[in-house]
Amino acid sequence: MTLDITDLKVTIGGREILRGVDLSLQEGRVHGLAGESGSGKTMTGLAVLGLLPHGARATGRIALGERDLLTLPPRELNKVRGGEVAMVFQDPATSLHPMLSVGRQLTEHMRHHLRLDRREARARAVELLGKVRIPGAEEAYGRFPHQFSGGMRQRIAIAIALACSPRVLIADEPTTALDVTVQAGVLRLLRGLCDELGLAVLLVTHDLGVMSAIADEVSVMKDGLVVETGPRGKVLREPSHAYTRSLLDSLPGETA
Amino acid sequence: MSAMTSAKETADAAPRVRRRRGAHPLARFLFRRILTAVLLAWGITLVTFVLTNLVPGDPVTANLGQRALGDPAIVAQWRAEHGLDKPLWEQYALHLGGLVQGDFGVSQQSHRPVAEDLAQFVPATLELAGAAIAVSLVLGVAFGVVAALRRDRLPDHVLRVLSLIGISVPTFWLALVAFYVFFYRLQITPGSGRVDPAIGEAPAVTGLQTVDALIAGRWDVFVSAVGHLITPALVLALYTIGLLTRFTRSAVLEVLGQDYVRAARAKGLPGRVILFRYVLRSALVPVITVAGLAFGSLLSGTVLVEAIFAWPGIGQYAYKSATTLDLPAVMGVGLVVGVVYLVINLIVDVLYGVIDPRVRLQ
Repeated sequence: MTLDITDLKVTIGGREILRGVDLSLQEGRVHGLAGESGSGKTMTGLAVLGLLPHGARATGRIALGERDLLTLPPRELNKVRGGEVAMVFQDPATSLHPMLSVGRQLTEHMRHHLRLDRREARARAVELLGKVRIPGAEEAYGRFPHQFSGGMRQRIAIAIALACSPRVLIADEPTTALDVTVQAGVLRLLRGLCDELGLAVLLVTHDLGVMSAIADEVSVMKDGLVVETGPRGKVLREPSHAYTRSLLDSLPGETA
Repeated sequence: MSAMTSAKETADAAPRVRRRRGAHPLARFLFRRILTAVLLAWGITLVTFVLTNLVPGDPVTANLGQRALGDPAIVAQWRAEHGLDKPLWEQYALHLGGLVQGDFGVSQQSHRPVAEDLAQFVPATLELAGAAIAVSLVLGVAFGVVAALRRDRLPDHVLRVLSLIGISVPTFWLALVAFYVFFYRLQITPGSGRVDPAIGEAPAVTGLQTVDALIAGRWDVFVSAVGHLITPALVLALYTIGLLTRFTRSAVLEVLGQDYVRAARAKGLPGRVILFRYVLRSALVPVITVAGLAFGSLLSGTVLVEAIFAWPGIGQYAYKSATTLDLPAVMGVGLVVGVVYLVINLIVDVLYGVIDPRVRLQ
């Protein structure tokens, strides 16, 4: 299944945040979405799941297969959320509930979406923790987020996102809050899962280094518009848009 | 680069949790807190004793008539009778020794053991305050949640004005007005006291009229007792309801803006699961803190409410014993009130531990 965003416009309080975004995600491909802060990258990701802030209005079309997520009734949209389209947030220190155990947060949506019983959900959760390479998955199941390091927490967040076998994964700056040394591990994990499970991944990031490491396609946003899109090699090596060039030039120590 | 990364990842992988020893962490947490509470209770006996004896007033002059005061022999005998001739530390030792055996001394006014007096008056106050606490918790939290979820819409505005009124209106005035309007004018609530004298009280088991009525199977007594309880309990609760509404509203609003709530939405969980499991759990932490403090002030409010509704509770007893310098009674009341505060704080602490794993795993 693919996700096609066409002419997505978002306004908040009369201000245009997105001015007609077009994006297309393919199975088994990582689509990198770059751009500076405030260019609308995160809003694009949130719009897909209908998680825009209070008072935001979205128009256009976000097609998941045959369905338009923007016009889906709330009950149907809730089935898509977590079930078919999952999301990983920027800061795992705040995106996991501090008072609920890892196991609880891993299994609750599985039990809700997939109607698993407690034991099945637990078995699958432990398997997932192993898959994202959390050591001692059995024990980790009963622990709480504060007992893990930042990199491990983000792996847990990824496991939560993958729990219901979604087709699309939106990763909003998944490595920005992490130590540089653990970033690579999380990115490798994302890439591996994308290949293994045939996920369509939207990787939102402002870091072109992250982008060049794992993205297949790259889109560059500026002021609520996608200014350039194409295969990674082409966009990053021969940028056609002036803004992409200036982004590339701003990388420290980068020589053309 | 990649070699370094994997080395770091291995180090990263070592779980940071401390090994648990023996008992369940919540049980150990409870044990620690209860131990502290016992120590504090002992501290309370010391403080009540010292403060009571520091009061610049002589119980002799308060209790003996003019004629008797003129006779040194009678004064000396009275002092000896009540143990006031011994040095202070010895008095405290005797006092503490008595307390351990449940002996609070003999009231100089009622000439009954203070323990008996307390057993008679404390349950009435506990029933009143307990009802007020239960009502304020349920209504305060419910109103706060509704106001937060309907932010800046009609229910929010109405509840905000109501909670402001609840906080601003003085309890004694409200008690008088409620008594006048609902009993005297509208005649929809019963008058003062705990139960209709025509029906009579249920035999005392717990001292809580409503519970005793149920134990005795006296439905008529139960209905009458609840009827008598409603108005004073609501009057007493109103301030706390207002306070908890405001705190719950702001706490829920803050939690609603948290990342983990958005993450829960992204998981497609139903709204009520998100509200109860994700939002309320976090929001209750500050609410519990405020509730613990508010219940302290609610207890002091019982003195006024008891006076107006002729509720035979500890507030009236405390007032009488303080004005007559009935030292054993004053110390007894002080100890009971102190222990009630202690229990409230213990419950608050334990609730922190139940709600937040970071507290109990410390």
